Amino acid sequence: MQFTFTEEQQEFRAVLRRYFEQSSPTTAVRKLMQTEAGWDAGQWRELNAQLGLCGVHVPEEYGGQGFSFVELGIVLEEMGRALVCAPYFASAVLAASAIMNTATDGQKTALLPGIVSGETIATLAFAEPSGDWDPAATQATATSSVGGRFKLDGAKSFVLDGHTADLIVVLARAPGTTGDAGLSLLTVRGDAAGLTRTPLKALDPTRKLARLDFTGVEAELIGEEGAAAAPVARTLAQAAACLASEMVGGAERLRQSALDFANLRMQFGRPIASFQSMKHKQADMLLEVELAKSAAYVAAQAAAEDADDMPALASLAKAAASEAYLQTAIHTIQIHGGVGFTWDNDTHLWFKRAKSSEVFLGDPTLHRERMMQAWGH
Amino acid sequence: MSQAATMTEPTEETVRAEVRAWLEANWDPNLGLIEWREKLIDAGWGAPAWPKQWGGRDLPGPLAAVVDQEIRRIGAVNVARAGIRTLAAATLLAHGTDFQKGKFLRRSLTGEDAWCQLFSEPGSGSDLAGATTRAELKDGRWVINGQKVWTTSAHHADWGLLLARTDWDKPKHQGLTFFVIDMRQSGVEVHQLRQMNGHASFNQVFFTDAEVPAEHLVGEIGGGWAVATTTLMHERRGADGVGAVGAGAASTERVGRIYDEERAEVATVMEPYKWYPQRAGRVDLVLQRAKETGKINDPVVRQEIAKLLTLARSAEWTARRARAAQAQGLPQGPEGSLGKLAASNVARAAARVHTLISGADAMLAGDDGPEAGIIAEILISVPAVSIAGGTDEIQRNIIAERVLRMPKEPGDDASRPFREVPRNLAG
Repeated sequence: MQFTFTEEQQEFRAVLRRYFEQSSPTTAVRKLMQTEAGWDAGQWRELNAQLGLCGVHVPEEYGGQGFSFVELGIVLEEMGRALVCAPYFASAVLAASAIMNTATDGQKTALLPGIVSGETIATLAFAEPSGDWDPAATQATATSSVGGRFKLDGAKSFVLDGHTADLIVVLARAPGTTGDAGLSLLTVRGDAAGLTRTPLKALDPTRKLARLDFTGVEAELIGEEGAAAAPVARTLAQAAACLASEMVGGAERLRQSALDFANLRMQFGRPIASFQSMKHKQADMLLEVELAKSAAYVAAQAAAEDADDMPALASLAKAAASEAYLQTAIHTIQIHGGVGFTWDNDTHLWFKRAKSSEVFLGDPTLHRERMMQAWGH
Repeated sequence: MSQAATMTEPTEETVRAEVRAWLEANWDPNLGLIEWREKLIDAGWGAPAWPKQWGGRDLPGPLAAVVDQEIRRIGAVNVARAGIRTLAAATLLAHGTDFQKGKFLRRSLTGEDAWCQLFSEPGSGSDLAGATTRAELKDGRWVINGQKVWTTSAHHADWGLLLARTDWDKPKHQGLTFFVIDMRQSGVEVHQLRQMNGHASFNQVFFTDAEVPAEHLVGEIGGGWAVATTTLMHERRGADGVGAVGAGAASTERVGRIYDEERAEVATVMEPYKWYPQRAGRVDLVLQRAKETGKINDPVVRQEIAKLLTLARSAEWTARRARAAQAQGLPQGPEGSLGKLAASNVARAAARVHTLISGADAMLAGDDGPEAGIIAEILISVPAVSIAGGTDEIQRNIIAERVLRMPKEPGDDASRPFREVPRNLAG
């Protein structure tokens, strides 16, 4: 296990940080979060043209850059820091990983290059209106029809960028099956007949969610029929590790903003940063964020090495980052005082992302339990 | 000088070959401990990084480490490395007079002298520079009056590193002077200090007209704070060897008179620390006990165990990040200053989990308690971890002021004459 980043990785991070500082100031975040799509096609094209980030962890044979989850983690940490509004997590993390874990070589060749170039925006629809994050709870059905094609029926919810995606990877089950058995992944075009897409009013306006209703929608199977449980579990564990990286990036930014404010804010004739109550809070914030960063880095490395205990470490990192991010956001509002509760102050943008990330892919309680089970306890 | 000029620079190979040959010719486990260490020091292998004048070889750190490797490799005994004597040696090497170096350095290596550190007082714990133990010059000798506390091994010590106030009209840091005091005199009384967990690892030391000869003043009059800072710096680096001593030296497989003597020495030094694993919370016992008691099946307990393991693993990884950055020669990031605070959080979480797992048995101690009393000892030892060696509150101040560069709390205690600074009645 490596506990430092290489020079190249540090340089990669520095380039990304500069780029996002310029392209994703909070004025841009505020503008995009008020749109229904939540992202801008021009900026997305530019991001892909200049940095080619959608293929970071995709093998070169499918048009990607062939780096690992460590580099992907760096991208997400920097995006979380700048609160970048783009369909990146949906397309490059969830959908691309699901396809890489499930599809045949031919399907990968057909599906991945579009995602890698950014021309195709893809997402993964796995959860349903019940809100259960366990793939075994899937109720949507994929019924075998003529010519090896399938018909999809049911509802998916909490789908990241589901209302704007061009390609939707859907988790569904063979009629009459239960649990992990009979689960398959299928692809559907965003404009397919029989698909109704409804944007949801999200607490976190920087992360758009949609509900998708399927009525006899034509779909194509990826990978092996009925064998999606294991690759989907693996995809969701990898995504949890990625989300942990994104969260620690946001937490670090919040912590710094609280520190900057405390150093500037004068009360009782001195900066509030000189009060022990502020120092102790800041020291605790630093500790919590650094510990969560360590966990996120270890999880990213475990995903890169495809280590046996990757699922346990990903769940550990997801739980730790969720707690650290939300706690940091709460402290940051508190340190700002009344101004921290205003719309004009930027803290609430990250607070809301912290809250939605805490819940997305499963809350800390769920991930702690998964970690215990994955370790065999 | 002419001799030195003809010698070639030592390298890892030459040092290794030379010490290996010397050890083959001289090592004998049937020698007495002191007798062997005298030979080792005479040959310059006892403290090879020290100056030649004081029994060393002026070797750079990595080459001195080669000597230690070779001594370890053949299972030979090294010089005395455990306890406050190593802090005394480091402090005197940096600040002592030639007289002091000649008198104390060699005997610190042989282990003939035991030392203690007399810094903390009942009235000054976190605020060490507020010491009020008094040193007054009378007829060419320093007369000491006052009280020290939390003194490890004072009851075995021959000598003490003493920080005392010599000037009450200067600001607090500038009125302190550093002495070496003879602990075996009638003006020095040592009483054991019993802790809430029943152990007595520390002492209170009372000075009533105790005496220090003028030549035992270390550094300048009024320059004691700088000298004490050197001692504390070595203590933080773990130079007292408390963490490192153990397995090898304590092993009963090593047979011979010299090993028996070394084991006795280590046992004496380590005795105050025997409850320290419990103080840290014993995370290692958690899963095994949860399985034995069946509490592993309780979803609430599972959550608490998972939180503890997450905290403990993340703290360990953060320490490894700090070490890896250091090894790469990168500037130290914030992760390096967080260990002590993280350890407090881990210990407290562990105590909570041990309580949950033990249920009603958590009320029992000794033979009646779980794990033959170890769990009880954890529960009543953990409160020490967030106090000893810098309280959590002081750690947070250090992190905030040194790592995060937050401004210091305004205060005038360090600029006024110490005489005017409000202080505890005990002082």
